[in-house]
Amino acid sequence: MRKVFGRPNALTSAPTHYCPGCTHGIIHRVVAEVIDELGVLDRTIGIAPVGCAVLAYDYFNCDMIEASHGRAPAVATGVKRVLPDRVVFTYQGDGDLASIGMGEIVHAAARGENITVIFVNNTVYGMTGGQMAPTTVPGQRTTTSQSGRDISTAGYPIKVCELLATLGGAAYIARVSTTSPANVARAKRAVKKAFQTQLAGDGFAMVEFLSSCPTTWGMTPREALKWIDEHLEPYFPLGEFVSRGRAS
Amino acid sequence: MGEKVLMKGNEALAEAAIRAGCRYFFGYPITPQNEVPEYMSRRLPEVGGVFVQAESEVAASNMIYGAACAGARVMTSSSSPGISLMQEALSYIAGAELPCVVANIVRGGPGLGGIQPAQSDYLQATKGGGHGDYHLFVFGPGSVQEIVDITMEAFEIADRYRNPVMILSDGVLGQMMEPVEFPDHYEPGNIPKPWATTGAKGRPRNIITSLELDPVKLEQHNIALAEKYKKASQELTRHEEYMTEDADVVVVAYGTTARVARAAVDRARKAGVKAGLFRPISLYPFPSGALFDLATRAGAFLTVEMSMGQMVEDVRLAVNGTRPVHFYGRAGGMIPTTREVYGEICKVVEGRV
Ligand SMILES: Cc1ncc(C[n+]2csc(CCOP(=O)(O)OP(=O)(O)O)c2C)c(N)n1
Ligand code: SF4
Repeated sequence: MRKVFGRPNALTSAPTHYCPGCTHGIIHRVVAEVIDELGVLDRTIGIAPVGCAVLAYDYFNCDMIEASHGRAPAVATGVKRVLPDRVVFTYQGDGDLASIGMGEIVHAAARGENITVIFVNNTVYGMTGGQMAPTTVPGQRTTTSQSGRDISTAGYPIKVCELLATLGGAAYIARVSTTSPANVARAKRAVKKAFQTQLAGDGFAMVEFLSSCPTTWGMTPREALKWIDEHLEPYFPLGEFVSRGRAS
Repeated sequence: MGEKVLMKGNEALAEAAIRAGCRYFFGYPITPQNEVPEYMSRRLPEVGGVFVQAESEVAASNMIYGAACAGARVMTSSSSPGISLMQEALSYIAGAELPCVVANIVRGGPGLGGIQPAQSDYLQATKGGGHGDYHLFVFGPGSVQEIVDITMEAFEIADRYRNPVMILSDGVLGQMMEPVEFPDHYEPGNIPKPWATTGAKGRPRNIITSLELDPVKLEQHNIALAEKYKKASQELTRHEEYMTEDADVVVVAYGTTARVARAAVDRARKAGVKAGLFRPISLYPFPSGALFDLATRAGAFLTVEMSMGQMVEDVRLAVNGTRPVHFYGRAGGMIPTTREVYGEICKVVEGRV
């Protein structure tokens, strides 16, 4: 009998702690399938963030490091400079990457640090209960913007891909979503390119996922996906922003 | 030993690190330690190493964390305000039990303070500094040669104990030129690091984390750390005594202040005053046992620091009320003079304090 579907080797058998319908799970799977397809599992080192994915080190079946909040790109820099022939990736939420860790991500990209960043943008601080994030869209209700994000006091959401795309060291920058099978397939192609960029030594690569947080958004998983398409995608357009490596 | 060369303290520290097998340096500019990263940026590429100027001390210290995870001998240096920014990473590094070396070329504080020498980071360095129940191993060298010896050994200690080691220096020691000798042949200890995250080829995967959500396990981890510090207190404490055998008053001072104190002790002896010097070299673990032993013989203690009184707390704990412990401090970048310290010794002897 031929096995047509199974767990990627790059994922452990540990049941995840993610809420039902949370797209962290799909994103893990996409990343893991790419690691399998590239055959680099035994030379990959992953860096987990502080956020809902803090326990990603229990799920990705490779050497893993747990970083402090926002510092994963600096930790990845340290690993990659010591072990340039290994594959190093970070997995970070929007509070982690675009708020407390904005300095680290910008400078890792500016240096052209040869790492791959998986950026999970669910527009909230999921782990701490759904507070406003730097990516919360105008009018979006969160526990710290209860009448909706008011740009006159809370300012504007940050478009990280667009920002990093201005930096010379960024070799591959793309934004994807997982709201449909077609989008998942596109997301996987982008993640593969982001790892190939690193394997080719071309520089910094990041894939931003528009991700759902049904729990703190107060929606069913299906409503949450629809909300991404209708409310997030217009603000955070999907596509490739930079693709200048040999890998692409 | 090799030939003697004349070197600045900061450059000697950098060269010693390279001789000890350190090949990775991540740092951020701050006075008065800039000679260290400048030297490293020049020398490391020559020996196949890597120098990265980080965007901040927060980033630099987390790069150290990453490089230590990858199994490298790695260091950073900074000065007081920068060291404050490194406390987060140092807590994670100590929690995850990783080896690294950090030099703090201390300057006057609080806040931006000044750039002149100080010892006002003693408590931050020796009591943990960041959040959680942990310690760095801390050494306070008193000469350029001792900076070299301690820096080289620091990497061995860090690897052996899987714990960050901090070297406390200051602008006086950093800028001062003294003749130093480096060992002709030095073989780094090459302590195996089976825990390092280098890619799991041919072995079960490694995870490096300081997160433990189960309080039972986290308590066990804290107990294990405490046992490590206890072991270190038996193995790593060191100090130097000068003219303490018959001393009526023993000055306790480290680093730059110990140099001043020693001159003051000489002056006192010439004047017929029985003074001595106890110079802690390891600041954590603190040489409490030796100091307590000395308290059975010495009349009184005089702690001298370039702070308003930090190490004096450890001196008092060590002496444990058996003898009077006096204090003299200068702060903000002011250095006590021999004359001042001599004057304080006389006051103690004459019972004027
Ligand atoms: C220095 C520090 N500040 C704050 C926190 C608390 N904290 C934990 S997770 C988190 C937010 C994570 O949000 P995000 O990165 O968007 O990831 P998500 O949980 O949404 O996946 C915060 C603020 C922390 N652990 N450390
Ligand atoms: S809180 Fe939100 S982001 Fe976190 S696991 Fe639940 S649904 Fe996912």
